Amino acid sequence: MRGHYRILLGMAAGVGKTYRMLLEGRQAAEEGRDVVIGYLEPHDRPETAALAEGLEVVQRLRVPHSDLTLEEMDVDAVIRRAPELALIDELAHTNAPEMRNEKRYEDIDEVLDGGIDVISTVNVQHLESLNDSITELTGVRVRETFPDRILDEADEVVLVDLTPEALQERLRAGKVYPEQQAEAALMNFFRADNLSALRELALREVAEDVEARRKPTVLDPLSQMAINERILVLVTPEPRSQRVLRRAWRSAQRLSSDLDALWVQKPGHELREEEATSLAALRRLAVVLGAHFLEEEGDDLVAVVKRVVAERGSTYVFVGTPDESRRREIFHGSLVSALVRELPGIDVRVVANRADRGAVAP
Amino acid sequence: MRLGRRKKPTAAPGVRRVLLPFVGRLDETVLDAAIRIARAEEAVLVPAYLVVVPMQLAEESPLQAEVAVAMPLLEAVEHAALRAGVQVDARIEKGRSPTHALQRLWDVEDFDRVIAAAPADGTGGFSPKDLTWILAHAPGETLILRPSQTP
Repeated sequence: MRGHYRILLGMAAGVGKTYRMLLEGRQAAEEGRDVVIGYLEPHDRPETAALAEGLEVVQRLRVPHSDLTLEEMDVDAVIRRAPELALIDELAHTNAPEMRNEKRYEDIDEVLDGGIDVISTVNVQHLESLNDSITELTGVRVRETFPDRILDEADEVVLVDLTPEALQERLRAGKVYPEQQAEAALMNFFRADNLSALRELALREVAEDVEARRKPTVLDPLSQMAINERILVLVTPEPRSQRVLRRAWRSAQRLSSDLDALWVQKPGHELREEEATSLAALRRLAVVLGAHFLEEEGDDLVAVVKRVVAERGSTYVFVGTPDESRRREIFHGSLVSALVRELPGIDVRVVANRADRGAVAP
Repeated sequence: MRLGRRKKPTAAPGVRRVLLPFVGRLDETVLDAAIRIARAEEAVLVPAYLVVVPMQLAEESPLQAEVAVAMPLLEAVEHAALRAGVQVDARIEKGRSPTHALQRLWDVEDFDRVIAAAPADGTGGFSPKDLTWILAHAPGETLILRPSQTP
């Protein structure tokens, strides 16, 4: 059976992830579990080193690389030792090129496959999907990244939190870096605004993770389905879809539901310049609204919508007023009628152009 | 009852586009002027609500509170324009500052004319610094409107 994977996530170095990992390891050992340190980055922090004392350390591999000798976790040795719990620091670490795995999270994967529980640590700036945001916020491009799926696949993601002020205080006290290095850090990466932004990202990442893991415990799946609303809005690359998407967002706010926007492109259809512009604008709007923008290809719009509704668990489908001639409606059928027919149990809402209300004469 | 079908304004490829950016609020007289200009030029009016993303937030962050303010404003602008027979293609654009949001929009979309509002009674509209920037960087003809002073 695969081991249990617990990740301690922090906003930056120095918040106490390694300390917390060791603390949890010691506690587990005191409770009688067989615990080893698979890999530890002591960072020359005396408090951390003191906490590691007494815990068994699996000897590292010494890997000759150019003129240096690098030290890496010995995955095979950890698996051979077969403890109940292995503490493995810095999952985003890139191994020496001579190692079997490029990244440490791949090493951890093997350890977990060996049935060993793992506690590991990582900072939010290493998360692949946040790489661009982090660069924009901090001006620093993080090279060592890890894929988002690592957090998704972990059994637990725990935030090790510290206020920016407290972390700066730790830096000034020399608890994170030596004094000279700390001063430079405070002027650069560890500025209060940077730390606030990183903390927000870390908090959000864990909140989203908790939300994704939330499982109905009391209600059966059917009642859960009745409670959770999810809106799917069909968009086309034209100006009026902006309004339809915005209107769907307002409904999503009222229903506290998630919002997906779907654009279905016919295979081989080349977008005209103005369509490409509209589509790009819709994507940007989706980002501002926090909606998921889905792009699918298919000849049969209704069939694609039906599939996406099933995949996403949509309960509402929003469409703009179809621009169909009466002739097309007679010969090919109405899109709205087809959606209502093909999506039983799903609400279909046609978003009208309210400016047209003036055209309805009493 | 048979309803008269009103001809919808349609945008042909190559049609002129008039950008009307604003932050927070839009003076009615500026909107009226922008609609008149777009109608006279048979142009598409692009009202753009500019959202400033605070530095402590990632630029990709959803901005629910700001959007909640923008929604009714954009709806009102769309109604006014469509009722006047002007086609409208609204935007919500974000950036670290109003000019950053504008630059990002200009990077991906073309405009023939930009209509920007100066403050009225010292409030609303773009700051003098932003207006100077717009004049220097706008991709098309630029018109700065100063709303009439309220009596």
